[in-house]
Amino acid sequence: MIGHAEKAAPFAANESRAHWHDQALWFVRLKRDRQAESIPEWEALREAAAAIKAHTLSRIADYLEEFERNAQANGIQVHWARDAAEHNAIVHRILADHGITRLVKSKSMLTEECHLNPYLEAHGIEVTDTDLGERIVQLRHEPPSHIVLPAIHLKKEDIGELFHKELGTTKDVSDPKFLTEAARGHLRQKFMAAQAGLTGVNFAIAETGGFVVCTNEGNADMGTSLPPVHIACMGFEKIVPRTKDLAVFLRLLARSATGQPVTTYTTHFHGPIRGGELHVVIVDNGRSAILGNETFRRSLSCIRCGACMNTCPVFRRSGGYSYGYTVPGPIGSLLAPLRDPRQFSSLPFASSLCGSCSDVCPVKIDLHHELYAFRQELVRNKTVPLSKRLAMAVMSYVLARTWAYSLAGRVTRWTMPRMPRALVYGPWNAWGRQRELPPMPQQSFRDLIKNDSIRNAVNAEEPR
Amino acid sequence: MSSKAVEVGSRNAILASLCRNAPPASPLLEAPPAAIVYDDPEKQFAETFTSVGGKFVRVASIVEIDAELEKLESYTQARKIASLVLGVGRATPGTARSNQTLVDLAALKDPHELEELDFAIIAGEFGVAENGAVWIAGSALGPLRAIFVITQHLALVVPATQIVHNMHQAYDRIRFERPGFGVFISGPSKTADIEQALVIGAHGARSCALFLVG
Amino acid sequence: MPKLGLFIPCYVDQFYPRVGLATLRVLRLLGLDVEFPEKQTCCGQPMANSGCAQYARPLAEKFLGIFGKYERVVAPSGSCVSMVRNHYAQWLEGRPEFDHLRANTFELCEYLVDVVGVAKVEGDFPGKVGLHMSCHGLRELRLGRSSELMVKPFNKVRFLLGQLRGIEIVELTRPDECCGFGGTFAVNEEAVSCLMGRDRIADHEKAGAEIITGFDASCLMHLEGLIRREKKPLRVMHVAEILEQAKLS
Repeated sequence: MIGHAEKAAPFAANESRAHWHDQALWFVRLKRDRQAESIPEWEALREAAAAIKAHTLSRIADYLEEFERNAQANGIQVHWARDAAEHNAIVHRILADHGITRLVKSKSMLTEECHLNPYLEAHGIEVTDTDLGERIVQLRHEPPSHIVLPAIHLKKEDIGELFHKELGTTKDVSDPKFLTEAARGHLRQKFMAAQAGLTGVNFAIAETGGFVVCTNEGNADMGTSLPPVHIACMGFEKIVPRTKDLAVFLRLLARSATGQPVTTYTTHFHGPIRGGELHVVIVDNGRSAILGNETFRRSLSCIRCGACMNTCPVFRRSGGYSYGYTVPGPIGSLLAPLRDPRQFSSLPFASSLCGSCSDVCPVKIDLHHELYAFRQELVRNKTVPLSKRLAMAVMSYVLARTWAYSLAGRVTRWTMPRMPRALVYGPWNAWGRQRELPPMPQQSFRDLIKNDSIRNAVNAEEPR
Repeated sequence: MSSKAVEVGSRNAILASLCRNAPPASPLLEAPPAAIVYDDPEKQFAETFTSVGGKFVRVASIVEIDAELEKLESYTQARKIASLVLGVGRATPGTARSNQTLVDLAALKDPHELEELDFAIIAGEFGVAENGAVWIAGSALGPLRAIFVITQHLALVVPATQIVHNMHQAYDRIRFERPGFGVFISGPSKTADIEQALVIGAHGARSCALFLVG
Repeated sequence: MPKLGLFIPCYVDQFYPRVGLATLRVLRLLGLDVEFPEKQTCCGQPMANSGCAQYARPLAEKFLGIFGKYERVVAPSGSCVSMVRNHYAQWLEGRPEFDHLRANTFELCEYLVDVVGVAKVEGDFPGKVGLHMSCHGLRELRLGRSSELMVKPFNKVRFLLGQLRGIEIVELTRPDECCGFGGTFAVNEEAVSCLMGRDRIADHEKAGAEIITGFDASCLMHLEGLIRREKKPLRVMHVAEILEQAKLS
C-alpha cells in the first residue's frame, strides 16, 4: 500500500522545490503569529472557541432543529443527507428541477469529500470552481493540495503555462497580477452565465437560521447574487448556537488561516435573493460516528482554517498530495483514517508528534495526542502490518528484561564497529541512508559507573 | 420512495444518530473573553483598513465627499456610477459629466443589468476597529444585492461616530433582517493564490475607498 | 523514601554514556543524594509511539516498580519524562505510587530550576551555542514558551545556560521547529526526517552556532548523525555536558 512516506520521499528529494513549498507556508505561519500577537486575549479566545464547540457538539441535534426551524422561517429550504451519495443526489435534483446546466462553486471541502464535481459533470452539468486557486487546479484536473491555498504547490510559471493553454493568455507571462486579471475576466463570464451558485458554509447560526460564508475574492458573493438559485452545503458540525458566538470564531478564523484580521467578505445569508431560492444541505457522511467516539470527537470542532497545515514541518516538506485525501496535514491525518482506516493507515504515522499543530489550532483540538491515540487504534484492529507489530513485541521482550537489554546493547556496541561499513550502511539501514549511526562506545553508562575512578571523578567537589 | 420522503428519513436518522452519539454535557459560557479596546478606535480602524488595501478618507460632512471622489481616477474614469447614499455621487442633478451615467437602480429588474457598473457608493452602518470591516445590512444595498461585489470599484460611507472596537461589540449591535442579508466588507477583493503574491482585485471590487464622515 | 532516582534513557545509557555521567555529576555537585537503580532499561516510548500499547505496558510497569519508591525521579530527557507524566496513566492509573511518580518525575533542567531552585549558574563557556528546544520537552513539559503560544516568554534551559560567562546563545530564524527525529518517524519517514534535520542544522549554521545543544539526546543523535555524515564542523553537546562544567547554586 502506497502511503504517505512513499509519496513524501520524492517530494522531499527535490530539495529546492520542497524548500520553496516549505518557505511559502512558513511565511503564512509567521503572518498568523503576528496577528495572534496583536490580540492580547488570543489564548482566551481559543479557549472560548473550544468551549463553544464542545457545548454545541453535546447538544447538536437540538441546535440543528433550531437552525432548521429558523432557516425555514427565513424562506430557506433545508435538506438532510446521510452520506455523500445522498448529498450529491440532492444537489443534482435541485439543479435538475430547474433545468440548470451551468453551476458556479465557491470553496467547499465538504463537496470535495463527496466528490460532487465529477458526479454533476457525469449528469451533464458544467461545474466551474470560482476560487482562483481551485479554478487553477480544476483546469489542471488535479485536486487542491491545501484546503485554504489550493494551488500552493504550483509556481507562477506553471499557472502561466496553464492559462496560456486554457485561457489563451500570452505565452510565457507569469506575473501574478496579469494572471489574476485574466482569471477575473474568464470567471466573470462564468458568473454572468451561471444559473445557480453553490457555496460551503463557514458557520451556521442556530439562533437565527442563517449562515456565514467568508472569502477574500468575492467569488461566493458573485456566485450567489446573480443566479436565482443558491445551494449551501454544510457538515452538521458547522453549527454555532448564537449570533454572538460568531465573534469568537471570526476573530480566530482568518488570523489563523492566512494571517489577516478578517477576510474581505464575511457574508451572512438569511434568505434568498429577490425572486430566488436558497437551499441548505446538512450532511452527516460519517460525522455522527466520530461524534460518538470519545477519543476523536474533538476533531469535529475543526473550522477548516488550515493553520495546522501551515505550521506542520512534515506537511511543508511533503506537500498536500502525499496525504492522498481531500483534507491533508494534521487534521486530515485524523479525518482520513476515521473514514477509511485501511486506506489511510500511514497518515497518523506521518508525524513526528511535535505538537505545533495543537498549539496553533484555533479551537484547541489536541491534534497530536489524537494522532498518537490513532496509532493504537491501527494496531488494535491489526491495520498495522504484522511485521511491525512483531518487531515491537521482540523489542518489548528485550527491553523488559534488564539482562536481555544489557546483552543486546553490549552485542550491538561490540559488533557494529567491527563490521565493514558497506554492510553497516547497507540498504537495510534506513537510518543510515543520510545519517551516521550514533557512536558505539565500548562501555555503557551503567558499565562506567561501576568503575571506581569514574565514580570518584563524578563525585569530585569542584567542577572540572 | 419520493425524494422528499428519503430526506425526511435521512433527517430522522441523522438526528437520532446525533442523540445516540451525543457527548456529555458541556456548558455554554454567557460572556466572551474581555476583548481588546483601542485608545483611538478611529485611528486603529483607519490603519487596519489601509493595511488591507483600502483607501481611507476622513471628511467633516457628506457634502465634501463628491470633491474627494473627484480625486480618484477610479471615479473620474467611471462611465457607469450608482449611488445608494443621498447627496453623494452625482445625485445632484445637473452636475453629471459627459460620458458618465448615474444608474437608476430602482428601474433595474435583474442583477445582471449591473454588469457594466464601474463605481458603486454604498452606506455602511458601522466600522470595526480591530479588522477594518464595515457592516452593511441588505436593506442598504437596495433590491439588487449584487451591487457591492459586481461593481469594479467601491466606495463606502460610514459615520465617524459608528466605530466599534471589536467583533463582540459588532455582533452585540447587529440585528439581522430576517429574511435578509448582511455583509462585512473589509477593503477591496484580493487573492494570494498565485505563489502567495498578494494581488488586489480578484472577483469583487478592484478598489475600496472609505469615507468616514463627521 | 530514598531521595532522588536517576533515570538514564536507554539510548543515553548505550550510546551517550557521557551524558549520563554529566547528569550524575551536575546532581552530585549540588549535594544531592542521587541513586541509579540498575534494573532500569527503557521508558517504552518506541513501542508506544508505534501504537503498540500492549508492548509498552510491561515497560511502564517495570518503571513504576523500579522508580515508584523514590521521592523524585530525574532524567536527562524531555521525551522520556513526558512519557511518564503524560502517557503512563493509560496503564498505571489507579496504582498506588503512580500518582506520586507522575507528579515527581522531572527532566533535568526543570528539576534544577523548579525543584532545586537553582538561581545562579557560574562558569565559563565561551562560544556560540545554538539551543535546540526539543518538542516533547517544549510542548509537553513546557520547559519554555513555544512560539505558537501567545503567553509571556520564558525558557528554563536558556535561564540556566544564559548565565554562563562568554556564552552566546544564537538567534535562530525558527526557534522551535521540530528536528525531525520523532522516534520511529526517523526511520519510517526517513526522507522528510532528514530534510527536517538538515534544515535545522542550516538554521544553526546561519546563526553562527559552533555547538548545538539540547536536553534530549535523541534529537541530538539525529542531528549529529547528519552533521557527521556531511562532515560539518559543528559540535553537539547535551546541556548536562555544558552544565557539569559550571557551579550551580
